[in-house]
Amino acid sequence: MDPRRTARTVSDPKVRQVGFFTPAAPPDRSASDLPRQQDPIQPKSPSSTQVNDHSTSGDSLSPVMIPPPHHHSDTVPRTALQVTSPKTAVSCSSRTVTVPTKNDGVPSSFSPGRKIVTVKSPSSYPGVKASTVPASELTTVSMVNLPSGISEKAGGASVEVQNDRPVSSKTLKEKTYKAERRALQEAQRAAKAAAKAEGTKASTAASKVMTSANTKPSKAAKTSSQKNDSSQVAASEKKIGERAPEKDRKKDAPHPRMQYDDTSRVEKAKKRAVVKQTEVRNRVELFRHLPQYEHGTQLPDLETKFFELDPMHPAVYEVGLQYLSGDIRGGNARCIAMFQAFKEAIKDYSTPPEKTLIRDLTARISSYVSFLIECRPLSVSMGNAIKFLKNRIAKLPLALSEPEAKATLTSDIDRFINEKIIIAEKVIVKHAVTKIRDGDVLLTYGASSAVEMILLHAHELGKQFRVVVVDSRPKLEGQLLLRRLVRKGLSCTYTHVNAVSCIMQEVTRAFLGASSVLSNGTVYSRVGTACVAMVAHAFRVPVLVCCEAYKFHERVQLDSICFNELGNPDAISRVHGREDISDLDGLVNRENLQLLNLVYDATPSDYVSMIITDYGMIPPTSVPVIVREYRTPVVLVSDSS
Amino acid sequence: MPDTQALVNDFLNKLKKRKIEGSQATAKQTAELLRSVISQTRVPYTNQAAALIQSVKAVGERLIAANPVELAVGNVVRRVLHIIREEDLSLTAAAMAGVNLSAVSDDEDDADGDNQPVLSAAAIAAASRSTLRPPSLQTLLEDVPDFAAVPHTSSSGGDSEGKSKSADKSSRSRKLKHDVIEAVNELIQDISTCHEQIAEQAVEHIHQNEVILTLGSSRTVLEFLCAAKEKKRSFRVFVAEGAPRYQGHLLAKELVMRGLPTTLITDSAVFAMISRVNMVIVGAHAVMANGGVIAPVGLNMVALAAQKHAVPFVVLAGIHKLCPLYPHHPEVLLNELRSPSELLDFGEFSDCLDFGSGIGAPLLHVVNPTFDYVPPKLVSLFITDTGGHNPSYMYRLIADYYSADDLVLQRRATSGN
Repeated sequence: MDPRRTARTVSDPKVRQVGFFTPAAPPDRSASDLPRQQDPIQPKSPSSTQVNDHSTSGDSLSPVMIPPPHHHSDTVPRTALQVTSPKTAVSCSSRTVTVPTKNDGVPSSFSPGRKIVTVKSPSSYPGVKASTVPASELTTVSMVNLPSGISEKAGGASVEVQNDRPVSSKTLKEKTYKAERRALQEAQRAAKAAAKAEGTKASTAASKVMTSANTKPSKAAKTSSQKNDSSQVAASEKKIGERAPEKDRKKDAPHPRMQYDDTSRVEKAKKRAVVKQTEVRNRVELFRHLPQYEHGTQLPDLETKFFELDPMHPAVYEVGLQYLSGDIRGGNARCIAMFQAFKEAIKDYSTPPEKTLIRDLTARISSYVSFLIECRPLSVSMGNAIKFLKNRIAKLPLALSEPEAKATLTSDIDRFINEKIIIAEKVIVKHAVTKIRDGDVLLTYGASSAVEMILLHAHELGKQFRVVVVDSRPKLEGQLLLRRLVRKGLSCTYTHVNAVSCIMQEVTRAFLGASSVLSNGTVYSRVGTACVAMVAHAFRVPVLVCCEAYKFHERVQLDSICFNELGNPDAISRVHGREDISDLDGLVNRENLQLLNLVYDATPSDYVSMIITDYGMIPPTSVPVIVREYRTPVVLVSDSS
Repeated sequence: MPDTQALVNDFLNKLKKRKIEGSQATAKQTAELLRSVISQTRVPYTNQAAALIQSVKAVGERLIAANPVELAVGNVVRRVLHIIREEDLSLTAAAMAGVNLSAVSDDEDDADGDNQPVLSAAAIAAASRSTLRPPSLQTLLEDVPDFAAVPHTSSSGGDSEGKSKSADKSSRSRKLKHDVIEAVNELIQDISTCHEQIAEQAVEHIHQNEVILTLGSSRTVLEFLCAAKEKKRSFRVFVAEGAPRYQGHLLAKELVMRGLPTTLITDSAVFAMISRVNMVIVGAHAVMANGGVIAPVGLNMVALAAQKHAVPFVVLAGIHKLCPLYPHHPEVLLNELRSPSELLDFGEFSDCLDFGSGIGAPLLHVVNPTFDYVPPKLVSLFITDTGGHNPSYMYRLIADYYSADDLVLQRRATSGN
């Protein structure tokens, strides 16, 4: 966690050189809930806070530091039992700054460069709601921290961890906040005293919380985490319940994913599974950590189960089946389909008696998500979207009535789809079109919706260019793209991925889509993208990756093996449209033969000249900044609800 | 004569229709054809070598023109020409030695034999130098005049011999042809056994638990891997299927049948998998004089990926694939475009292929090349039947197998196309 943080801060100055946008939120305190309520009240000009944020996030920039004592002088007195660490306080300031990015994206507002800042102007943040909630939240917080005082050894240690971490990672910031911290410690001491008085009943519940919080990292390391989202859910649930700031911080490190070579976990997951999956006989040794199930068996099985699956909403069910059969593909399409289904589900949702909407709905969504995962592993974009949704649910004010909450959520979902996907794509198109000149030969690989829109738009603008569509087995998505482009009257050349080095000589630009961009600049995309980018690089052809910012992810990956998705191996042995190739017909069950159908691969960032995103055109080194920038607004928007 | 003509025409047709698969088969058949051409050629008493060379060249040019991309044809033609020259030289040398001896013995009989042995002895010395010694800069400089004189002396030797010993004539002419045919037989033998010879070296390159990647199918690679397997090495093979022909399926099948753990991957997954691969072993279509490789399409991509991950890229090539040409613009000039139907189904795309509107130029092109050019810097090692070589050593091997005179043939042939 900490090394990651430092890496980010290192990349900071670079970002500033690029002229990227100003408000750099400290990367890791996104999710803390408590202070959120206070910050809207603080009087501060956006500009000053921005400066602060920079200084806090970038350790190295000591001279820039402008201690923002006034914030805290505001905040601390306000909350009598201010238990939060300085970190959270910082986060609140940063967050307020970034809030407005989320602000209902007027399409025009997305233009390159500073736009974000301008968008920010509508940041006059409604502190109305916030004021209502904090009371309850504060009490919960105090509960959490009380035990730390009571169970002196364990709890105290945890508190220290909580306070020490900022010291180690961000010493400078820490200095500036020394005053606040001191105040805080005082407050904590007071809290402890109060807690002692409160007695044991709190301690039992709270100590449970604490232990869970403390053991979390080790558990993750040891048992390589259970199913991704389930743990996530657990975390979010806890958060809802307790609102403990330290948990949020821990959550910053991406969860280790489910490792399918861990038999005990797999067994557990299987018990819960809705979709019946049988293991492929000849699993590829190298990919034991990924699910390798028999394809084609789930669909009929699921169809028969349709009426038995009580808790599954039909819309979700339908989307799941569509994933399974491959009718919906592409990060954006899948994400939108999922969200539409969730919207339906939320519309039809009613809180069961004796349950709270926040908890129950989160659990419900989680079960949907795990169902979808069983149909097809989530894409990164979907993961981000789900995170957003859960966040929104978690942040629903308790006071909200059920219909209101549902309305808020559906509008949130609509807004996410609209802003993060549809408008983002438009902005990307607007940027990318400036990179197309007359006489260009543009190469693209597979079928990326963003690239397709770019090409069509450039064609509409009357630019004269030629498109080279490179395709590969087994999906042959390029053919679909080719058909659509030719129908629109674009001049196209079609070839397969092996011939890419023959065709590359005439190409002037390569436009590639991406499933995700990871924070080390690695582009995680349809398998073969790396090959194309590599050859383009070898031929000195600029590689432009088009990717919406909501697909960025804080994970890092160096190769395509540690995490990937495995497609249906049978698609390898049978060549579509070439019945004469049947060499492997009788051999598929041979022990020695393994068929490997990778779905994604990771393109190293050195091959990428530029990433075109809705925040503008950035070098791959700036991805972590976007991730950081991007994450905070997600939380913030939740405030707006 | 007419039957060779028929043979030649038949072979030409096959070449033109691309009915012969694989450079080894082509090379072998070319050699066999040339052998029959040689055996059918009626040799005059004088200047037999020249006559043979001429007839082989005439056939060779046509063969090369029939399929200029199949470099093995040209290679074999050049090899045969080289063989004829060599045999002629060695025969002359032997004859000269005999003449020398006889000149010593019966110089009384021969009045004008006096100066001839001296002359031809010098010629023989030059000839032997030029054939037996590698073409270093020094020999090149020394030999320029002598080299040109070699054919002349050989013919004059023949003349003198003809003059001196008429009984010898027929036997000698038969001997040259006989020797040449013997040598061509040897060449054919070499070509057909090159797999085994290359495979013999497998154990030196494949160790236990290795992971090897290959693309498409090549018999050389198959035998190489199997040879290592037979030597009790256990290793794993990743086979990229090699679109658009998908011969990787065939290779995978063969490997599986022989009990090698094999994983079949798509071509696009090569980059993803190469980080876990210890060695890339591929076959080649032809090896150029600069050490570059004309290989099945897709290998340039593989080679680049291998270079990125510092994985050795090993090319297996029989010596008949060694081409004395230098590649100029090889992606275009040494390539061949196959049918688009391998990539796109005409039926499916017929609606898109119809363009009544617009400028009339078709909107849709399909590029389906057969070969890739892998530049020498991406190749780590060549394994030929004569052992392992660096790409930079290829020019030297070429000097061993081809005579410089025959480069002219190729140039004419290629310019003729």
